[in-house]
Amino acid sequence: MTGIHSNVMQIKTPEGVAFSLPLASPIARLLAWSVDLGLIALAWLALVFALGLSLVLGGLATAIYYLAFFAISVGYGIAAEWFWRGQTFGKRLLRLRVVDAQGFRLQFNQIVMRNLLRFVDSLPAFYLIGGVACLLSRRCQRLGDLAANTVVVHVPKLSQPDLDAVVSGKFNSLRKHPHLVARLRQRVSPTEAALALQALLRREQMDANGRVALFAELANHFRELTPFPADTTEGITDEQYVRNVVEVIYRTDPPGGAKAKGA
Amino acid sequence: MIIDIPKFISAERPYWSRLENYVQRLEQDAAGGLTLGELRQLHYLYERASADLARLNTFAAEPELRRYLENLVGRAYAEIHETRGRGRVVRLRDWFFKTFPRTFRAHAKAFQLACLITATGVLFGLFATLLDPDSRFVTMPFGHDQLRPRERVAMEEKAAVDRLAGQRAGFSSFLMTHNTKVSILTMALGMTYGVGTVIMLFYNGIALGAIGIDYLLDGQVLFLFGWLLPHGSVEIPAILIAGQAGLVLAGALIGHGRRDTAAQRLRSAAPDLLTLIGGVAVLLVWAGLVEGFFSQYHYPVVPYWLKISFGAVELGLLTAFLAWSGRERNPATPAT
Repeated sequence: MTGIHSNVMQIKTPEGVAFSLPLASPIARLLAWSVDLGLIALAWLALVFALGLSLVLGGLATAIYYLAFFAISVGYGIAAEWFWRGQTFGKRLLRLRVVDAQGFRLQFNQIVMRNLLRFVDSLPAFYLIGGVACLLSRRCQRLGDLAANTVVVHVPKLSQPDLDAVVSGKFNSLRKHPHLVARLRQRVSPTEAALALQALLRREQMDANGRVALFAELANHFRELTPFPADTTEGITDEQYVRNVVEVIYRTDPPGGAKAKGA
Repeated sequence: MIIDIPKFISAERPYWSRLENYVQRLEQDAAGGLTLGELRQLHYLYERASADLARLNTFAAEPELRRYLENLVGRAYAEIHETRGRGRVVRLRDWFFKTFPRTFRAHAKAFQLACLITATGVLFGLFATLLDPDSRFVTMPFGHDQLRPRERVAMEEKAAVDRLAGQRAGFSSFLMTHNTKVSILTMALGMTYGVGTVIMLFYNGIALGAIGIDYLLDGQVLFLFGWLLPHGSVEIPAILIAGQAGLVLAGALIGHGRRDTAAQRLRSAAPDLLTLIGGVAVLLVWAGLVEGFFSQYHYPVVPYWLKISFGAVELGLLTAFLAWSGRERNPATPAT
């Protein structure tokens, strides 16, 4: 264990491909646990209410109370994580998932183990031991995770980037100069291209001044990399210039080109 | 070189969709109903998606698409490279009568150590009570320290009404769940490199030793055995087995003299730990029933000889069960 936190868990497959899983932060885990605790408390209240009404059961009601409460408090995490493949209600809400630390399939043994170890992690109160272990651990593992060889990861919302919304078939004056476009594609690094694409995808989330300043900087950078004739770029805003650059970088065929060929 | 992302996606998407479909089937069912041909396809698609991911990492920095592919490759990797068997349907009878005692015997040394620690605690409690009678207020659980043994015996034997009437089931369930929680904690404390487990066992021993010597000095040996043996003959060994599990966990964590990593040691110890704690839970259900419905009745309602005999028979059966149950009856003999 080290005190240095990592945001991702890297796994290298025997095929030589590395992929990473984003680790859940202690705060996100705390929130998910709070939701689950609320659910358990609700179930407990329902139980007390139901048994309180069934006075005819007498001593049997007390027995059911103890057994049911034990089953709920210990069994909830195990059952939920098994049936939802590493997720409880709280984890689903926060988009977290328990996975095997080596990237393998999560086993029932591991789920039971990490949930039984909550008895230590929750000591002396409010998951203090588990929280400290999580903060000290390289992969944010509480003792239960260490014993069961599991980690909690963040499940990203999977969606393809909507390229069409950014670079949809408008006239692109840069394409009038194919040799310059080819030079631009050659000079722009993947990181620079991705940066410009992300700026366009997220432009609506920026404040007005920041947006103008960012696109001015990006446009100047691309202009310096490959200068285009003045008549081509005249009257184009910085943002439109970046949009044109992204379009020619990410689309080797001009929009409608395929149709034109097929026609 | 920068990948033409839309072209790349439209070319590869059908392969990713097929891989996603296979992975989904495998996630729902280990065999997934896949034929040999489909399995070959799965492997091909996994390698293709891995290559796509590598290509994407090298030539494009498109985070959304990379996250999607990483997730897909990660899920396929988990299904393809997993070598551990998927949890079989456990036959409860076989598990309890074979797996549990075999696991117990496989870790006999840890059990002996748990007994030794508890015995040390018993001696400590015993001498503490002998040397300083006032130590009872610290060493004994609340209730036992407030009453002299002969006062309690007199009270129990003269009791005209059944104090637990209508409450036996509730009392029994409370004991089962409480003791099971304590046992799980004893095992789980193995993650403190065994320190917590040792403290729990030692503390239990102290209480046992202090109460035992208190009754002995007060001349109430018959009552003590009549009260403790029916449930204690199962409950005490159950707590010792929980301690055994905690020490096994600590052993896996420490890994003295072993070359594999802590993660590997913990991974291999987990099934045994769960078997032991599961067995403990079953034993504690029985102990709870006996304590709730039988142990609390004393002479003249139930004669002491009957209670002591019952406890002794239980202890004998439990010892035989743990020592011999699940052994192969006819081990293969070498040909002469």
